[in-house]
Amino acid sequence: MFRRLPEIETALNAAGQTVSFTIDGRPASARAGDSVTAALLANGVTACRTTAVSGAARGPYCMMGVCYDCLVTIDGTGNRQGCQVRVAPGMAVETQNGKREVER
Amino acid sequence: MSRFDFDIAVVGSGPAGLAAAALAASKGASVVLLDEQAEPGGQIYRAVTETPVRDRKVLGPDYWHGAELLGPLRDSGAAHWPGTIVWSVARPREDAPDGHRPIQIGLSRNGSAAMLTVRHVILATGALERPFPIPGWTLPGVLGAGAAQVLLKTSGLVPSGATVMAGSGPLLWLLAWQYLQAGARIDAILDTTPKENWRAALPLLPGFLRSPYLGKGMKLMLEVRRKLTVIGNVTALRAEGAIGGDSALKSVVYTRNGTEHRLPADTLLLHHGVIPNLNLANATGCAQRWDEQQRCWRPTTDEWGATSVEGVSLAGDGAGIGGARAAEEAGRLAALDALHRLGRIGREQRDKAAAPHRAALDRALTGRAFLDTLYTPAEAFRAPADDTIVCRCEEITAGAVREAVRLGCSGPNQAKSFLRCGMGPCQGRLCGPTVTEVIAAERGVSPAEVGYYRLRPPVKPITLAELAALPKTDADIDAVFKH
Repeated sequence: MFRRLPEIETALNAAGQTVSFTIDGRPASARAGDSVTAALLANGVTACRTTAVSGAARGPYCMMGVCYDCLVTIDGTGNRQGCQVRVAPGMAVETQNGKREVER
Repeated sequence: MSRFDFDIAVVGSGPAGLAAAALAASKGASVVLLDEQAEPGGQIYRAVTETPVRDRKVLGPDYWHGAELLGPLRDSGAAHWPGTIVWSVARPREDAPDGHRPIQIGLSRNGSAAMLTVRHVILATGALERPFPIPGWTLPGVLGAGAAQVLLKTSGLVPSGATVMAGSGPLLWLLAWQYLQAGARIDAILDTTPKENWRAALPLLPGFLRSPYLGKGMKLMLEVRRKLTVIGNVTALRAEGAIGGDSALKSVVYTRNGTEHRLPADTLLLHHGVIPNLNLANATGCAQRWDEQQRCWRPTTDEWGATSVEGVSLAGDGAGIGGARAAEEAGRLAALDALHRLGRIGREQRDKAAAPHRAALDRALTGRAFLDTLYTPAEAFRAPADDTIVCRCEEITAGAVREAVRLGCSGPNQAKSFLRCGMGPCQGRLCGPTVTEVIAAERGVSPAEVGYYRLRPPVKPITLAELAALPKTDADIDAVFKH
């Protein structure tokens, strides 16, 4: 579980530097400039997918693009590395179940 | 028109890449700096241009030094292409008319692939955290300490709820210190530094006493030890979810003096030092060797960073761990050598310009042997117990690797055929070192004998759509159409 440092949260809200997006259809908010993965963690989502092999829950591990554990579906495209993509206004982020599907 | 897009491409914009690109371009070479991230800095100076953590005392002066590397880059005229994934570096067989064998770089930008032709490439791919395989390390809530530091630098995020840090090495102490400055909660630090390491490290202590890191390191370590619960001599660790559930971390179980203890935890941050991020160099065909002191594979380089592949150099932690200041100087040395190879400066000019950087590099590396030796993880963590997942992508356990060895599997490349380990999307980055260590221990030979994964481009997965967007000639299209 992660939280934003309070002085940063306050400054963000005061300056309106927040982004509205959705997580599995639910409205959520993050800091402009957050990676999708950071935005998920800031919203209390620690598990972003289940694995293709055993179906176990997984969350981000490395935050630098090497572990491929933060894979999520972004705007309909599956298996995106959430830590390498910046959250954008209106973005639809979905947690993944198992393998990537055809046309997703 | 030149058949070269640039004289020099630099891959990675951490300290080595920033310094290399700035120096090479300032001497008149045409340079492109290719980097995956949206902003320069690499991992060590991640988000240095835009971090929301404005209170400078939280991240500390060593972090803010990164900002000083950006001005020279801007002024140098080097092209900077952020958001660019390099998935291949290759040297085609035919010779260029002017004698320079061109290097071809496969990259992906804005969702489409492209090829870039350059005379020389400097790989500055940096480091990644050494895999720290323990039972339960795949549970959500277990992250690398480096990952947690990225979250702090880029987004001002800190752990909430019960937080345990575990492992050893300078980064663990630095992150704990940064969390203290930020007012974040840490319930305990479980120190896994093996007692026996002190015996091996003590003879190297005189070198470390001259290290520029000594003063700073001691100061922050003492502050952390004074203010936080530090539990030493931890010999085993496991992460556990709720009973019967595996959806999130609930507790950390550690062994000390032969007795198990349990700590409730919402977040567990693991760290056992960093190792070279060598996938691109390996896939380019650069020779590599096992480094017993750093217990990792490192590409073979000469004193300028030149690899076994002509026209390909390496600078910074990607060639062996030396830290940010050493990386910066190594970047400048590689740039000077590249300028010399391209005929832009003579040998004497290169050597004269290199002298201060070589001296600074030696200073930055002073005491490194002591740190490497003291912080070598215990064998129980490098070659973990049978029930531990080593390949996170394919969910292969250490026990399965050992069973494969008993069936005749002699090295990591055979382990791929036996088990698929190392064949998931991370391409062995998170299991390679462990698989090497497990097989070596099981066979009773050195990791040097066991070898490492033979990697192939693309070193990062790219989509078919990205590849299909490559520019094509009529002949290319003709070649794949049925007539």
